[in-house]
Amino acid sequence: MRSIEQTAASAQAMAEVRKTERRQKINAVVRYVILAAVGFAMIYPLLWLIGASFKTNHEIFTEIGFIPMHPTLDGYIEGWKTSTEYTFGRFFINTFIILIPKVLATAFSSTLVAYGFARFDFPGKKILFSILIATLLLPNVVTRIPQYILFRELGWLDSYLPLWVPQMFAVDAFFVFMLIQFLRGIPRDMEEAAMIDGCKPFQVLLYIVIPMLKPAIISVCLFQFMWSMNDFLGPLIYISSVEKYPIALALKMSISATESFEWNRILSMTVLALTPSLAVFFLAQKYFIEGISTTGLKG
Amino acid sequence: MSEVILNQLEKVYPNGFKAVHGIDLDVRDGEFMVLIGPSGCSKSTTLRMVAGLESISGGEVRIGGRIVNNLPPYERGIAMVFQNYALYPHMKVHKNLSFGLRLARQPKDQIQDSVDYVSGILQIEELLDRLPKQLSGGQAQRVAVGRALIKKPEVFLFDEPLSNLDAKLRASMRIRITELHRQIKKEGLSSTVIYVTHDQTEAMTMGDRICVLRDGHIMQVDTPTRLYDYPSNAFVAGFLGSPEMNLKPASLVKHEGKPALRAGGFVLELPEEKQKCLENQAEGPVTLGIRPPFIDLADDDAEGPTVEGTIKFVEFMGHEVFIYFDLDGEEYAAVNRIENRARLLSLKGGERARFRFNMRRAHVFDKKTEQNLTLSNHV
Repeated sequence: MRSIEQTAASAQAMAEVRKTERRQKINAVVRYVILAAVGFAMIYPLLWLIGASFKTNHEIFTEIGFIPMHPTLDGYIEGWKTSTEYTFGRFFINTFIILIPKVLATAFSSTLVAYGFARFDFPGKKILFSILIATLLLPNVVTRIPQYILFRELGWLDSYLPLWVPQMFAVDAFFVFMLIQFLRGIPRDMEEAAMIDGCKPFQVLLYIVIPMLKPAIISVCLFQFMWSMNDFLGPLIYISSVEKYPIALALKMSISATESFEWNRILSMTVLALTPSLAVFFLAQKYFIEGISTTGLKG
Repeated sequence: MSEVILNQLEKVYPNGFKAVHGIDLDVRDGEFMVLIGPSGCSKSTTLRMVAGLESISGGEVRIGGRIVNNLPPYERGIAMVFQNYALYPHMKVHKNLSFGLRLARQPKDQIQDSVDYVSGILQIEELLDRLPKQLSGGQAQRVAVGRALIKKPEVFLFDEPLSNLDAKLRASMRIRITELHRQIKKEGLSSTVIYVTHDQTEAMTMGDRICVLRDGHIMQVDTPTRLYDYPSNAFVAGFLGSPEMNLKPASLVKHEGKPALRAGGFVLELPEEKQKCLENQAEGPVTLGIRPPFIDLADDDAEGPTVEGTIKFVEFMGHEVFIYFDLDGEEYAAVNRIENRARLLSLKGGERARFRFNMRRAHVFDKKTEQNLTLSNHV
């Protein structure tokens, strides 16, 4: 009797387990289908861009799908030559000439300013900090014209100086704020121990603070890298000769240069222009996420 | 010579709060001085002023005869061990230990010798290639001590170094640090220690002398045994010793022409030396201080003066029994050894029992100033 009862009970339990498993499986399938659909919708423009860069100009306007029927490298080869006397390589080099000093200057100056605000007491600190944060709220456009006039007076137009020099003075309050938040999360004991070990304030910064700030500094560099890579307005205002153009301007130029322009060339060059940012992001993803997640700043 | 002298040392914060009220303290060469007090008594602030991590608002700090008020920390000849170890997270243990020496540009082989020496003493040789995050609490603590030791400082400063460790590890590190202090002293190196803690066990077991602080004032500085036996005021009496001393209101009266105490309707006669101290005191309210081990449960047929109280509850601790009893509205604690086991365990709440106070070990504190009135003979 008992064994029959037991078998019945265990069979029932098994059925219950199977039911739960089936329900979980269905749930998971539904979830992933929705996620995949939304994800696909998000990434579709990028896929289309990459696909279209291998199409002929004619195919771009006749076919809907993003897989090229007659793949060709024509867009890349012709696009690289550009309609100017320079190849696209020149514009890549220009971009990095703007970008590398800009990123280094930002990292250096923001760290220094953040260290000062986070670790030292000086008269007027509160007011200065409020002003710094207030600049976060100031629309960039407001300062464009006075800045332009300033740099014109200095005779810096059509050079990279207006793009480099401001970064040496920690003009991006966002970065300073991000680093300060990160520093606030680090106890001072290590720095005090270093002072007892014989560090002067600048050595404390160099040997102790910067290594601990590394993830945040890498985030700052990445942000600045990506923003500068995509910066269109800055170079547009200050750079006038084509030989100094960065990618962003060069792309725009190829659109307006001829009347019936070759979309596949533009798209090919756009793909190339995207690659450095993507590559850098994926290489440094680990630090990037660590940096922004510990500062309490998301995105 | 590496004595530390605090002379009228003061700390006033920018918001006007006065944390340290002109304290004088003389830490002798090679001495293990413990600063203890409840939280907020400014013991850490005082230590940090000696270290140079906190500015000095008034008075002076002398280390080895030099006034160091305006010297940066690294020129004061000190080394410090922090509560949370403060190891440099991006450096391996080896680099953590040698950081100070490398900053001082010592020759490489000399640095290596020092690292070997220190890691040998502290048994951290196998940890040298690890990062701080790969160390357990106890190991990190040893590395932190090593980082102080390697500098061969004149004075070691410890800021609650054991409070992040679990009880068992704390006990073993306590012994280890005490041993280390002896060893360094024996080797003829500078071994003056200032050790901040809020744990009275650490203070009592480790310190050559203890400085008890309260709200930025020094309450008493003395050896652990003298602090325990002859507290100079009610605060020290209540702060040190576990279980805590009974500090209860009583009144000073004349009994047969001699000073005696009245507590809860009973007259407690005082031994002669205490009577002498109290001869010139006016009668009136005072505070009676007596440690729980000096109150004994008396047999019902016991002779001599006893008091009668109501048992509130009894705690059996294994080798001793805590008895809490009520004496006319005041709750006293008594600790009795387990010799009389059957009797002790049969005690029940609400029962009346007689107790004998060992008045030789009792103290009488002034009600207002809290000063110990029965001390002059011992000082």
